[in-house]
Amino acid sequence: MSLQRYVLKRVLVTIPILIGATMLTFGLVALTPGDPVDYIIAFQDVSPEVEQQLREQYGLDKPLFMQYLDWLAGVVQFDFGDSISNQRPVTELIMERLPYTLLMGSMAFMVTLITAIPTGIIAAYYRGSVIDQASRVFSVVGIAIPNFFLGILLLLIFASQLNIFPFLAPSSGGALTPEMAVYTLLPAITIGTGATALLMRLMRSSMIEELDKDYVTMARAKGLPERTVVNKHVLRNSLISVVTVAAIQVAFIISGSVVVEIVFSYPGIGRLLVNSVGARDFPVIQALVLLIGVAVILANLLADILYAYLDPRIRY
Amino acid sequence: MTTEQTHQHAKRGRISIDGFDAESIEKREPLSDWQPSLESEEGKGRLYYAWKRFKSNRLALFGAAVIVIMTLMTIFSRPITVAGVPVQPISLAPYDPAAQDVLTGYSSPSAEHLFGTDWAGRDILSRIMYGARWSLSIGFIAVGVAMLIGVPLGAIAGYFGGWVDELIMRVVDLLYAFPFIVLAIAIIAVLGRGYWEMVMALVLTGWLAYARIIRGEILSVKENEYVTAAKALGATDRKIISRHILPNAMAPVIVQATLSVGTVVLAAAALGFIGLGLSPASAEWGVMLNVANANGAIRLGYWWAAIFPGLAIFMFVLSINLLGDGVRDAFDPQGSTSQNREGGGL
Repeated sequence: MSLQRYVLKRVLVTIPILIGATMLTFGLVALTPGDPVDYIIAFQDVSPEVEQQLREQYGLDKPLFMQYLDWLAGVVQFDFGDSISNQRPVTELIMERLPYTLLMGSMAFMVTLITAIPTGIIAAYYRGSVIDQASRVFSVVGIAIPNFFLGILLLLIFASQLNIFPFLAPSSGGALTPEMAVYTLLPAITIGTGATALLMRLMRSSMIEELDKDYVTMARAKGLPERTVVNKHVLRNSLISVVTVAAIQVAFIISGSVVVEIVFSYPGIGRLLVNSVGARDFPVIQALVLLIGVAVILANLLADILYAYLDPRIRY
Repeated sequence: MTTEQTHQHAKRGRISIDGFDAESIEKREPLSDWQPSLESEEGKGRLYYAWKRFKSNRLALFGAAVIVIMTLMTIFSRPITVAGVPVQPISLAPYDPAAQDVLTGYSSPSAEHLFGTDWAGRDILSRIMYGARWSLSIGFIAVGVAMLIGVPLGAIAGYFGGWVDELIMRVVDLLYAFPFIVLAIAIIAVLGRGYWEMVMALVLTGWLAYARIIRGEILSVKENEYVTAAKALGATDRKIISRHILPNAMAPVIVQATLSVGTVVLAAAALGFIGLGLSPASAEWGVMLNVANANGAIRLGYWWAAIFPGLAIFMFVLSINLLGDGVRDAFDPQGSTSQNREGGGL
């Protein structure tokens, strides 16, 4: 199968999942007792006629499936309606917060790649050495430590005791300021630790698998310097399986950001989601859950395509 | 190679061996009284070998010991009465976990309060001991129920195939598209906060893994001849699944279940921490951390209010993971360790 055909097939398989995701997020609200009109008239004395009129105005008198289509028509134009708690368009609220979460996520991703790949390689190459043992302990601890606890520990050490980092996010200037980047470092490390622990072990095991293969013996027998053997032959092949895990890392970092943003009072979409659940602001919850779901689905798609590009055997 | 050649070869090399006396080896004093066992180990079940391997895994035993100690500690932390009848009268916790004393708010760890007190003067050690009841019960109940849903659904999908399979697995794929914690938050948004609501959210997100694992196992197990034989003998589908297929496909499910107790406890604590779990008055570990964080205990330097509940979660999850890895190695000694883990660590 050519790469184009594989990509086409993968994209076609993704479409029903995307549609399913919209149905699920819509169903979330349909399942909840009470509709927006109930919230609007909760503290007002409204006659049944006015209530009926309001329902018609919001399209709530239509069958559920028609309501879904109406909602979907808005969604594809990035229109999720207005927030219940502060009457602003949901899209505006999200766009305000999204840059911060993207900044934190990409920094966390960088932290993960920069630490996990070299340590994984070293641990695999010097199997059983002190470095290997240390990386093993680190990964066991890194997987088990709750990220919110790690965040609190880092705050305690670096903000409370050593006073190197500020406690609160800089209040003005937006996401792309040096102050914000510095402030984002601790949350990024917090999220990156768990992801590093997973990726490092994977890097190590896939390196070890490749190192034992015949072509490595062959390359060494040819008299290639060890550096070339590892960098040109082993590393390139073992990175293939690491790419697929990058997609899992995206999901990992997104779910990590939800919790870690609370620890650091970080102004991103994770905190917006948690606050909206507290306020029962369903349009915002709906939009964020869908956004996150779509992001993860697309990340998986991208990883699959990348994997097929790097390793033609996958395209079967 | 003849003996003569070997002899010559030995002479030519730098190391020459002579004076080797085979008889003295045979006649020497035995180092121990070990005798090869005549009793065959053939035919002892898979569980026998799994247990044997598990017993020699020290890390796994350490994990199991910590879990047992924590469970006993929380059971005996405060008396339990069921419908007015005292079932368990022992009270190990030094203080009542709910007893407030505003005068001693945030007192640092001392002989009187080993782990210090929180903002309301409640003894943190007692709260951690008592609070384990929430974490542990949520962990075990949610995993148990998720298995009860996921295993039959996955078994049906794998065994029958066709549109049943398509339907069940597409639902699984769809739900897998959302990160675990985000899906749980969405479900809590619909159901509201509370103990059973949280269990429900964790079950609805947890059954997917079992369905997927058992389906894959069944697809490979059902190709075996004994399944065809059972079918030829006229066994019903239900009987084939429950008697012949499931027992042979359960090992990965047991491993997954062990590991997901840790994931679920971690998720419950995370939900508690972000304020969508149990009520702020409860002593659930994540909630204790949330209260400490929200009250600014960290900024003000009252580290003990956050460190000890956090360590409790960490120790529990670490122990469960070690135990789970041990169980996996016991069932599948050739298998890979801790690389196929689902991204569960929050």
